[in-house]
Amino acid sequence: MVNITDKINFMKTILFIEDESTLQKTLGEVLTKEDYQVISALDGEIGLRTAKEKKPDLILLDLILPKMNGFEVLKKIKEDGEIKDIPIIVLTNLESMEDIQKALELGAATYLVKANYGLEELLEKIKNTINE
Amino acid sequence: MIGKKILEQLNIFKQCRKYGLPLWQCPQFLFLVMGIIIISSSLLTYAIGSHYIEDPLLVALLVIIISIILLIIASTITHSFETLAETNRMKSEFVSIVSHQLRSPLSNLKWVIELLMSGKVCPVAEKQIEYFRILRENSKRMDELVSDLLTVSRIEQGRLPLQKEKASLKELVEKIIKETEILAKASNIEIEFIHEDRIPEIIFDPSQVKLAIANLVENAVRYAKSKGIVKIILKRDKDKLCLEVKDSGVGIPEKDQKYIFQKFFRSENAKKYQAEGSGLGLYIAKSIIEKSGGKMGFSSKENKGSTFWLTLPIK
Repeated sequence: MVNITDKINFMKTILFIEDESTLQKTLGEVLTKEDYQVISALDGEIGLRTAKEKKPDLILLDLILPKMNGFEVLKKIKEDGEIKDIPIIVLTNLESMEDIQKALELGAATYLVKANYGLEELLEKIKNTINE
Repeated sequence: MIGKKILEQLNIFKQCRKYGLPLWQCPQFLFLVMGIIIISSSLLTYAIGSHYIEDPLLVALLVIIISIILLIIASTITHSFETLAETNRMKSEFVSIVSHQLRSPLSNLKWVIELLMSGKVCPVAEKQIEYFRILRENSKRMDELVSDLLTVSRIEQGRLPLQKEKASLKELVEKIIKETEILAKASNIEIEFIHEDRIPEIIFDPSQVKLAIANLVENAVRYAKSKGIVKIILKRDKDKLCLEVKDSGVGIPEKDQKYIFQKFFRSENAKKYQAEGSGLGLYIAKSIIEKSGGKMGFSSKENKGSTFWLTLPIK
């Protein structure tokens, strides 16, 4: 029999940094159903702190965030030797080429524009990135 | 600080970029042109005046008075132009901000509907699925409208990005036809694609141009009468590629034709046959094609059909 704690240890952790709580709930629930452990952070500062403390397997990062914007969070994570290798998926509605380029240059693994993705496609992308 | 401000004002090109206007419509440039006109008319007045009037003091006075009048007129005109350009810029910025703010709740709505429809939250009855579909359709329409508004505000701010690459226009058209097939089948319309054998690849932004052409093809299908044919013709004409989209649809009434590429305009006929539509598609399509160095136009007869054409340069 599989022990519950074993399962939690085995589950991969996703840190979801997003200021919109309704979106946190929807996507958080979907990911939990897919057997991921989801940690929410509602602003950039908490996001960065949680990333350092929990060292998740993947970070989903919005760009427009209170207290510290997504670009800064991205930069700070990539500068921190302990967490710099955690793959980061930027999930935002900013879609100008400059923003995309900036995020990728800072080290984002993938850049997804919310409006262009359905849930299934989004899950697929998350799964692919976390398993890489 | 003030010096920097003055220097910024003097940088005409930067000011024009700020408003997203071409040089000849830009307030600062107009002011410069007017300045040159004022100086030359002052010199001209002096030349003519000194020829006819003997008293040099009187000539000088005349030159000063005329210069002052011209300067007042010029600054009034440029000031109103500047106010107009600034209002326009603010409007575009407002549309852009509002659209961005709308996008997040819309994405969330889309995902929640998808989640509910998937039955992962709770089992769903057939009847519920039907209503979820209506919700999904409507949220999709809002999403498309917001995207269109964002594109329009980018066009107006002169910030429409083009990612040009070498690609095949023919393949792009084939892709668009494939994507429009469901809509065409549902309306009993056949799409016919006629093209020359050797169509060269050209340098353009496939994703933007796709928006423009897809809009023409979708319009042709939407406004075609049932059991009609939509013909798409692609050919080479010297240094450019020409694409025509012909339908045998409801056509555009003559009185509406001159407004057809204006924002938010929908012809009476269009409203009668298709209640939905934002009236932004053709404006966006034309702007994209013109930004890509091409041209777009149309000919149409009410109740006979319309032909929309566009050109794109080969090099």
